Amino acid sequence: MQFDQILQYSLSGLSTGAIYALIGVGFSIIFNATGIINFAQGEFVMLGGMFTLLFLETLKLPLWAAIPCAIVASTVAGLLFERLAIRPLRQATPINLVIITIGGSILIRGLAMLSWGKDTHAIPPFSGDDPIAIAGATILPQHLWILAITVIIVIVNRIYFYHTISGKAMRACAYNRRAAGLVGIDVHRMVLFSFIISSAMGSIAGIIVAPLTMTAYDVGIMLGLKGFCAAIIGGMSSGIATVIGGLLLGVLESLGAGLISSGYKDAIAFIILLLILFIRPQGLFGKAESERV
Amino acid sequence: MLLRLKNINTFYGKVHALKNVSLHLAEGEIVTLIGANGAGKTTILNTISGVTPAGSGDLLYHKEPVQALAPDRIVKLGISQVPEGRQVFKPLSVEDNLELGAYLRYRNREGKSSIHEDMERIFTLFPRLEERRKQLAGTMSGGEQQMLAIGRALMARPKLLLLDEPSMGLAPLVVQEIFCVLEQLRSERGMTILLVEQNAKAALRLADRGYVLETGKVILEGDAGELIENAEVKRAYLGKDKKEIWER
Repeated sequence: MQFDQILQYSLSGLSTGAIYALIGVGFSIIFNATGIINFAQGEFVMLGGMFTLLFLETLKLPLWAAIPCAIVASTVAGLLFERLAIRPLRQATPINLVIITIGGSILIRGLAMLSWGKDTHAIPPFSGDDPIAIAGATILPQHLWILAITVIIVIVNRIYFYHTISGKAMRACAYNRRAAGLVGIDVHRMVLFSFIISSAMGSIAGIIVAPLTMTAYDVGIMLGLKGFCAAIIGGMSSGIATVIGGLLLGVLESLGAGLISSGYKDAIAFIILLLILFIRPQGLFGKAESERV
Repeated sequence: MLLRLKNINTFYGKVHALKNVSLHLAEGEIVTLIGANGAGKTTILNTISGVTPAGSGDLLYHKEPVQALAPDRIVKLGISQVPEGRQVFKPLSVEDNLELGAYLRYRNREGKSSIHEDMERIFTLFPRLEERRKQLAGTMSGGEQQMLAIGRALMARPKLLLLDEPSMGLAPLVVQEIFCVLEQLRSERGMTILLVEQNAKAALRLADRGYVLETGKVILEGDAGELIENAEVKRAYLGKDKKEIWER
């Protein structure tokens, strides 16, 4: 076993892991605000890539302009999804809402297929594709873009949740919705916010990964599930735990695919998911709930 | 009249939790609701706060109907609740909890300085919170959490404060401290207070008037002094048995 081989797999695993992390944090944010798992999360990842393509090729915008437009368009889609599918049913139980998100994801995927066809598309890399050599391994500039953008988003996220009143209010909602209402926080508004933030994050993930993996109307399913897996490893935390969960998942997946067989790539993610759910359902870093009254 | 409930009926699904409840609070009054578990005391507060809206009847605040409003709108009007079991935001610091109490004032773009002044005022009322301002709320004792819950409610600058069993599970000295602060709030700020208590004796000593609830109905009302002397109240809520009352 070569050291540089392992390094190579780990490096590329880190960048896919960063994508899973972004999607996973999106899952956690909505889960914390509403108590539901939004299985349409992956579709916003897909929309990010597909909208970029739309602005790039159909509307002939340059890449630097197409990306922000695509993020805005996907975020608006997330907002509409909350308004049209989640809010009208606010009395429904979480399990009903989860089923609605599954329905929503099928609908969004279907609409994407009708508008963009079934073909796989490529987005050009942000800054060329000359590989960079690092200690015997090579990575693409796009990998660096992915890691850098993920770091920035994680930092912005941290600042939002810990240093702004709106972010603190969202954490308060996540901890105790009734008490949040009693201090004057409009809980429904926070739910809308959570959908806006996580669809924006999902679409960014979809955009930065598209130059590496291509995009199509159905990439959301698998990316969404991997993101969900990252969130479970992180114990549904909207912070660093889920990010580590995503990176861990990406690296293990990449090492498994490289060293065992690439046929097992997806299976590895789901074996980890099942193991975590069986052995540590509170997440890898979670403490079992303890309360002081 | 600050607040008036007229023939309020509230339901939890099919359970008829409040039956034609009518009560009122004048400005600057301390009124207490006493009654056994399940009598509907908490439901009254939650109906006022918009958490479990009334099925029928009128809820008037400054003579305006407010029964269809969501909890955050009620807070905006100046009615804050200190919920049963404190319900502070345990993973957040004491300061963050207090800041969130002023959430609506932040949303109204009120300057940070006046909000921080209010926070200092809360620390003068409860010096123990100041020592722990950076600490996570969940790591404090029950009494301190209760102080924080009251402080958080005060940060919204309410005119009417609803308190749900602030003495629950607390040591007598801490209860005394908290009741002292309530008295102070009324005398210094003219705060109107609606106090739900199991500890009927302490509540009636503090309050001007009281209502006695049983199975969702108001069965007795009057001045706190009269209620304390009322034979039925003594027997049922002040822990005196019949013998003590009748054989004296």
